[in-house]
Amino acid sequence: MSVTPLLQVDGLRTEFSTDQGPVTSVDGVSFSLAPGETLCLVGESGSGKSVSALSIMGLLARNGRITAGSVLFEGQDLVGLPDRELRRVRGHAIAMIFQEPMTSLNPVLTIGDQLAETMILHLGLTKAQARQRAIELLEKVGIPRAKDVVDDHPHRLSGGMRQRVMIAMALSCEPKLIIADEPTTALDVTIQAQILRLMRELSAETGTAMIFITHDLGVVAEMADRVAVMYAGQVVEETDVYTLFDDPKHPYTSALLRSIPHITTPAGDRLNPISGSVPNLLHMPTGCRFHDRCLQAMDRCATEPPELLPVASQHSVRCWLYDETEVPA
Amino acid sequence: MTDPLLQVRNLKRYYPIRKGVIARTVGHVRAVDDVSFDVYPGETLGIVGESGCGKSTTGRAVVRLEAPTAGSVVYDGTDIAGLSTAKMRRLRTELQMVFQDPYSSLNPQIRIGELLAEPLIAHKRLDRTAAHAKAAEMLETVGLPKLYLNRYPHELSGGQRQRVGIARALMLEPKLIVCDEPVSALDVSIQAQVLNLLKDLQGEFGLTYVFISHGLGAIKYISDRIVVMYLGKVMETATTAEIFAQPKHPYTEILLDAYPEPDPRLRDRQRIIVEGDVPSPANPPKGCVFHTRCPYTKDICRTESPPLADGVACHFPLEAAGR
Repeated sequence: MSVTPLLQVDGLRTEFSTDQGPVTSVDGVSFSLAPGETLCLVGESGSGKSVSALSIMGLLARNGRITAGSVLFEGQDLVGLPDRELRRVRGHAIAMIFQEPMTSLNPVLTIGDQLAETMILHLGLTKAQARQRAIELLEKVGIPRAKDVVDDHPHRLSGGMRQRVMIAMALSCEPKLIIADEPTTALDVTIQAQILRLMRELSAETGTAMIFITHDLGVVAEMADRVAVMYAGQVVEETDVYTLFDDPKHPYTSALLRSIPHITTPAGDRLNPISGSVPNLLHMPTGCRFHDRCLQAMDRCATEPPELLPVASQHSVRCWLYDETEVPA
Repeated sequence: MTDPLLQVRNLKRYYPIRKGVIARTVGHVRAVDDVSFDVYPGETLGIVGESGCGKSTTGRAVVRLEAPTAGSVVYDGTDIAGLSTAKMRRLRTELQMVFQDPYSSLNPQIRIGELLAEPLIAHKRLDRTAAHAKAAEMLETVGLPKLYLNRYPHELSGGQRQRVGIARALMLEPKLIVCDEPVSALDVSIQAQVLNLLKDLQGEFGLTYVFISHGLGAIKYISDRIVVMYLGKVMETATTAEIFAQPKHPYTEILLDAYPEPDPRLRDRQRIIVEGDVPSPANPPKGCVFHTRCPYTKDICRTESPPLADGVACHFPLEAAGR
C-alpha cells in the first residue's frame, strides 16, 4: 500500500510571536498525501488547519515561522527553500484557493488579466495564448458567457462566480496539488453544492490532489478520500473518510460527530454537545489537549501528552485509550 | 387549536435605492415582499433561506427593529406595525431578540452584570442590587458561573458570549424571542450546547421562538414548523416533519438536496443541484421569483406569481406532479 506520497508533512511546528509571547499554532503536524488524493483537514477555530496550509505554502505572516519539521513535496523539502525557488513551486505545482475570493482577487484588474498573469509567468505563454486559455478555463469551471466575463472586473461577479474564477486560476498552471482553505464557507448552500461538485469533477478529471480545509463535517463527507482531524494545533486522528464516520477512534472525533444535527436523523433525538470550549493557544492544557473536555479521560491524560500512533493500517490516533496494547502487530 | 401569539400578514419591507446628488429614489429592494405566517404560543417557528431571502428583515420587523413598509404584525391582539414608540416600549419587555454575533451585540465596555441588569432597571424600575441579584440568577440559568458578572464580554469565549446574549434577552421575562442565526458564528462543538440551552429554556419558561437560520441541521433540530423563504417571499410552510419528508416546493427540495449531510455514503445520492445564482432582490424575476432556477419551470411560472395556498407557493407543487 505504498504509493510514493506527493506531499509528506512531518513534525511541522509553526510559531507566531505576539504581544503576549510566542504562540505555537501548529505543533507537530504530520500527514501525507498520495497523487490525486483529496485529504480534508477538519477542525474548529484555532485548530491550526489554516496555519498548516499557509506553512506548506510558505505564506506565513511576518510574525510567523516554521520552527521544526519538514514539508516534502515530490521529495523536495519546501521548508527553508529560498523565496525565489518557493515562488516557482507556488502557483505552478501547488495552487491555493482561499475562503473569500473578493480579497484574493485584484479589484482593478480584469478577470482575464489576472488569469493570464500566472500563465505568462509560469508557463511562458504569450499574451494572446494566455487570453485564449483564460477563456477556456472560465468555460471549464462553468462560467456562462466566458468570452465576456474575461474582460469583467471581479466586483461584477457574484460570490459563487468569483470562487469559480479562483478555481480557474488555481487550475491554470495544471498544478499537482491544490490547497483549498474553506472555499465554500462564505457561500450559500445551493452555491456551495455547485462548487463542491465542480471541484470533485475537476480533481477526478485532472488528477490533481487536494488538501481541503473545512470546519464542516458535511463538506468532509462530500469531498474527502482521507481525513485528518485537528484539535488545538495537532492532528488527533487520521484515516479514510468511511472509517472516520463509521468507526471514529478519538473521543474528540466521535464527540464532534454526535454533536452535529443531521437532517436525516429522526426528530426528538437530543444533541450531545461537547462541554467546555476550544482551548486558548496561550494557555494550552497540559497532557492531552482535549482531556478537560473528554468524557473518557484518565489520570495520565492530564499530564502525559499522547502521540499520534497507528491503531490499524492507514488509521492513526493521538489518544491514550489506544496505548501499545491495542496496536496490531 | 389555540390562537396564534403572532400573526404576520402581507408584511412588506422595501428599501429605497437612491442615486444621484439629490438622492432620487430610482427603485426598491424588496427585502420582504408579502410575507404571512402565524406563530403559536410555546412553539418554535423556523425561518430558513439563503442570503438575501429576507429572513433577518422579517425577524427584525417582528420585534419592530424595522418598521414595515406595509402589512401587519399582530402580537397578542395588537398590531405593532404602526405602534407609537411609547406604546412599543411597553411591549418591548415581551418581545426580545438574540443576535448572530455575540461579539458585536454586547457592549465591550460594560461588565456582564451591568449588561444584564440594565434592562431591568430601565423597564421594570428595579434598584441596582435587586437587578444584579436577578442577573446572577439568570447567569446560572444559562449555565455560566456567577463570578462572570464582573467580567467583560471580551474575556468570554464565543459560546459563553452567546449564553450572555440569551440571558440578556431573558431578563425581562419575554414571551417571544426572535433568534437570528444564534449559532452560526459558533464553533461546531459549541453549537449543540447553545441549541440544547435554547430548548431547555423554552421548556422552563414556556417561550415561543422564531428561529432564523440558513443551517438546515439546526433548523430541523429546533423547529416545530418551518417557513422556507426565497427572494423576500414565502415558498413553503409546513411542519418540520412534512418539510423534510415531503417537500412540496421545488426550492425546498433543492435546498435539502444541497445540504452536505455528514455521511460519506450519501455523497453520490440522486439529487438536483441547481445552476445559477440567486437574482438580486432589487430586480426580482417576474412571475414566480424562483422560476429562473427551477428545474420544472413552465410558461405560467414566468408570468404569474403563485399565491401561497395549502402551505406552498407554486403552480406545480411536487406532490401533485407525482414525483
